[in-house]
Amino acid sequence: MYTTELSKTKKVASTEDPDKLAAFEARVAADEFIEPKDWMPEAYRRTLTRQISQHAHSEIVGMLPEGNWITRAPSLRRKAILLAKVQDEAGHGLYLYSAAETLGTSREEMIEALHSGKAKYSTIFNYPTLTWADIGAIGWLVDGAAIMNQVPLQRTSYGPYARAMVRVCKEESFHQRQGYEIMMVMAAGTADQKRMAQDALNRWWWPSLMMFGPPDADSPNTAQSMRWRIKRETNDELRQRFVDITVPQADALGLQVPDPALKWNESRGHYDFGEVDWEEFYAVVRGEGPVAKERMTARRQAWEDGAWVREAAAAYAAKKARRQAA
Amino acid sequence: MSDWPLWEVFVRSRGGMAHRHVGSVHAPDAEIALRHARDTYTRRMEGVSLWVVPSASITASDPGQDEAMFDPAVDKVYRHPTFYTIPEDVKHI
Repeated sequence: MYTTELSKTKKVASTEDPDKLAAFEARVAADEFIEPKDWMPEAYRRTLTRQISQHAHSEIVGMLPEGNWITRAPSLRRKAILLAKVQDEAGHGLYLYSAAETLGTSREEMIEALHSGKAKYSTIFNYPTLTWADIGAIGWLVDGAAIMNQVPLQRTSYGPYARAMVRVCKEESFHQRQGYEIMMVMAAGTADQKRMAQDALNRWWWPSLMMFGPPDADSPNTAQSMRWRIKRETNDELRQRFVDITVPQADALGLQVPDPALKWNESRGHYDFGEVDWEEFYAVVRGEGPVAKERMTARRQAWEDGAWVREAAAAYAAKKARRQAA
Repeated sequence: MSDWPLWEVFVRSRGGMAHRHVGSVHAPDAEIALRHARDTYTRRMEGVSLWVVPSASITASDPGQDEAMFDPAVDKVYRHPTFYTIPEDVKHI
């Protein structure tokens, strides 16, 4: 069974059966999938719950920077596309919340953790979307980085998470391509439009590189997560791949990646690139992103504004149940 | 407010195929569960028919007991056609 109605009381085993632990490690090492009702170490459950719920929160909060451009999209075609994309992000959030729930944390607890500020989400969504070109840059760079992160997760060891990632990846490619198409149109447009496209690239490039997380040397949990197949490639490996793939795409647009240190390294077969401003990253993680407060306010407002719909649906279901009983 | 009940979602991708489990949704009743399932799991023509089933109605086998449950089939290879050796020159069997 994929999902179960799980008890909300959490029991943390203080000592774990070494035989069970060894059997679990062997299964994961053999690339077997772990399913909700299988035995798993508490730390595996905890780490996955955090990772999947953060991922879900990111999809949900990720609707906000783009949602505020739906009414201002420059054509009906762009509006329909953006609506579909934002709806996809909601869907991705729902797949992921469902996957996280199978680990024993309720939807309600996760939403509450997001709204109280206890839970984290991707730092990228705490940057503002100032112009229409930002919608192009987000699809191209932010969704591009997300794909880079998510493709390996289709083979993650936790079955429900892996299956959710398969669905997400199938849909994400459209997001990236529509964004790149916006950039193509703007980069080939008037001088003002090209300037906007360049400005969007300038502002989204570094935050996109930060999406892969801190450098491997400062990512203490990577080793265990790799061993447990919760993570399949390191932050730095994924970041390098993103740079290698994205720079030629910027060239094709005739735009300049805002990194003076960026240079093809023939001997490595990769681009060398400048140092990410990790101070900025950690500040955004701490909640000091330019629009962090605005995002959470909008999110909580949406939740509160929808309360009457949830209440009406529950009242209607209760009334129908009463009538059926009578 | 606590979560709405959970429903498991099954999609028939096209006529002739069985409904296949794709995920789950929360909903206060079956009708809304169907609507949520449509919006969540069939945004790209993934299906021609949907089932929603209350998750609580599903009885699952216990993975801790999977040996007792499934191993009895392991030593019954005679249930497979390849168990039987038939001479090469005997055809259509």
